[in-house]
Amino acid sequence: MTSITDPPQGSFRLSMLINDTRYRSLTFQAIAAILLALSIWYLGNNLIQNLRQAGLNISYSFLGSPAGYDINQTLVEYDSQSTHSRAALVGVLNTLLVAFLACATATVFGVLAGVLRLSNNWLVRKLMAVYVEIFRNIPVLIWIIIIFTIMTAVMPAPRAFRGENPEATMLFDAFAVTNRGIYIPAPIWGPGSMVVVLTFLASIASIFFYRRYATKTLYDTGRLLPTFWPSVGLFFVPVIVMFFVMGQPISLDYPVLGGFNFAGGLQLGAPLIALWFALSIYTGAFIAENVRAGIQAVSKGQSEAAGALGLRSGRIMSLVVLPQALRVIIPPLISQYLNITKNSSLAIAVGYADVTATLGGITLNQTGRAIECVLLLMLFYLTISLTISAVMNFYNNSVKLKER
Amino acid sequence: MSDVHAHSVAFVRTETLPELPPPAAETGVLKWIRENLFATVPNAILTIVSIYVVYAILSGVLPWIFNGVWDASSLAECREILNGTSGACFAVLAERWPQLIFGLSYPADSYWRPALAFFLLFFAAAPVMFFDLPRKLLLFTAIYPFIAYWLIWGGTIMVPLVALVGFVAGYLVYQRLVTNSFAAGFFGGVAAAFVVWYIGGLLIPDDASDTAMLTAVPSRDLGGFMLNLMLGVTCVSLSIPIGIVLALGRQSSMPLIKWICVVFIEFIRGVPLITLLFVASVMLAYFFPPESTVDLFLRVVIMITMFSAAYIAEVIRGGLAALPKGQYEAADSLGLDYAQAMRLIILPQALKISIPGIVNIAVGLFKDTVLVSVISMFDILGFIRGPLLSSTEWNGVYWELLGFAALLFFVTCYGISQYSQWLERRLATDHR
Repeated sequence: MTSITDPPQGSFRLSMLINDTRYRSLTFQAIAAILLALSIWYLGNNLIQNLRQAGLNISYSFLGSPAGYDINQTLVEYDSQSTHSRAALVGVLNTLLVAFLACATATVFGVLAGVLRLSNNWLVRKLMAVYVEIFRNIPVLIWIIIIFTIMTAVMPAPRAFRGENPEATMLFDAFAVTNRGIYIPAPIWGPGSMVVVLTFLASIASIFFYRRYATKTLYDTGRLLPTFWPSVGLFFVPVIVMFFVMGQPISLDYPVLGGFNFAGGLQLGAPLIALWFALSIYTGAFIAENVRAGIQAVSKGQSEAAGALGLRSGRIMSLVVLPQALRVIIPPLISQYLNITKNSSLAIAVGYADVTATLGGITLNQTGRAIECVLLLMLFYLTISLTISAVMNFYNNSVKLKER
Repeated sequence: MSDVHAHSVAFVRTETLPELPPPAAETGVLKWIRENLFATVPNAILTIVSIYVVYAILSGVLPWIFNGVWDASSLAECREILNGTSGACFAVLAERWPQLIFGLSYPADSYWRPALAFFLLFFAAAPVMFFDLPRKLLLFTAIYPFIAYWLIWGGTIMVPLVALVGFVAGYLVYQRLVTNSFAAGFFGGVAAAFVVWYIGGLLIPDDASDTAMLTAVPSRDLGGFMLNLMLGVTCVSLSIPIGIVLALGRQSSMPLIKWICVVFIEFIRGVPLITLLFVASVMLAYFFPPESTVDLFLRVVIMITMFSAAYIAEVIRGGLAALPKGQYEAADSLGLDYAQAMRLIILPQALKISIPGIVNIAVGLFKDTVLVSVISMFDILGFIRGPLLSSTEWNGVYWELLGFAALLFFVTCYGISQYSQWLERRLATDHR
């Protein structure tokens, strides 16, 4: 009879803290904790001494005092008597606005360029390669400034639209491209316009449900319902009918030249246009590469197998290739959206009033509260980034290949 | 049977015909054009539209470039020479060329110094970039930072020399002790280096810089494209070791260390570089000891290095995660300790996988160095937008200057990305 016994356990000795792998990690973590605490103490101590020397303190009360500066492009009500926190809010909304617009257009540019880079057409392929390489290899700040310069130095001044024989004319009498920005018609929401909007939302929901129903019928009975024309019909018909039933409640306010400038309509300032367009084409070049890589990542055997099953080329794309390509495309796409949001902080270079320009620019310079402003700024961007990465992780987990 | 057949038909050809040439539309240029440009109707439309776009762009740009004026002293003079025709005013590049490259206030008689440093950079970078070169050349790479510092900033040669001696002493001690344990070698080396630097600092007299061979240039006088290059090269090379440490820390099984690295990386990656530059310009000074004056260049280098280190750490983490688990287990089964396993087995493979990613980060970072113009440093963009465009002679010369800056960045970044693709092919050891 043999029995296995545990090797004799020696009692704990101090040298085991270094030599025994079971305890060594504790030693290292203790050292790291001490170093971390020491450096925080050192930096904090320096901060306190420096602040005392400069006669400053950390306080966020400046957020409640009047800002005293004007912002020319705001989404919410704001004037120079509003508080600094209101100015920061205006900046936050402007950041989100330009980020949203740029994400949308960058996706369009990127998908177009990415698909065209795989086109059979040699010339188009090469042109798209040139587009991608040129925009990826030149800093986005230079692009923003180039487009801003085009907007302000090349476009005609509003007074060029004046007179019998104007040097510049409006497009369709509705759009005016001037060196102060682009003027577009603004919608006027009359009474009853809510009904039209609600109808629109309802028709979008019904398109969604109809498609679900079509898929379900296909899976249950094998009958293929048409989806394209019913969707188009559902999209347009109810809204147009309701628009006329309610007596045309939504009208457009066209920009009109008056005095030295255009009045009416909606003004998209030159900085907004520059930032929006530059971020779109710059990030579009990166998205194009992601799209191309995603489509190429689906092996040719997949589309050949789908073809062997008798699927038509449109269905091969939508049912076999795209679902697999999207799994590859979407994570880098979302991080490109994150990059757009972070790069929108370059607004400060062209004077667009985003949060970096209001909170981190004018408010910081006026109040001298550098530490508070920069911390708030970082907190804002950090919140956005962490939210987007949380969404991305959620998506990644939901599309992850279920393997053993 | 065949006889009957032969007699029943009037004529049977007995010899083969000579081969005809393929139809003209199925060969050569014509076939290529038909298949690649006009395969289908939409394709043909796309081709025609593209040709028109290319024509429109070239017909606008080419005369402007070839009609350019290279010899004038102001924009007004340029316009006089052009006399209404379309043409660029490249004279601004000819006149302000040294300032665009070296910055507004770098002393003109010392331009050869950064130029020489730039020239030597190729020799220093070559053994790192091309593995076939003799390994001895890495010695030059190791001393290059000290030479470059001395050339660009000037001043007494003692400062870089003491720094170099400190590193050498540290390395020697490390070599001595690393056979015992990595930790002893590492901390011993660091301690030795600090001792040498402290003693060396006492030895350098205060007025050494006044009588130095090369006149000292304060770092606020650095500018132009040189500043972009310096920031890019310095921050990338500093951030690679930091990035490796952060990536290893994030993979660590020790919760506290992992936690510190995760917070650092996610924080830095979550905020735009411009806010970090704000930190460098308005906030970082509060965290240094009250009497110290750390100049803006160094503060910017610190922040950009932290920024790129976080991104590089994520790339390297990807490389570490891509290694098969067997590699870690093999290292363990050989009885290697953590430092040995990482140094000899894991990192060489993980770094190889991550090189393309690191080069991408480096290109992105180099492009991002223009952001320092926002915190009023006169890099190439800051110089163009600030002193140059507001000067009376050259007010309004936008396209030549912005185009020149864009061209410099394009050439550099495109070159680096081509190198990265070459490297990827070169390092591919799997057989396809």
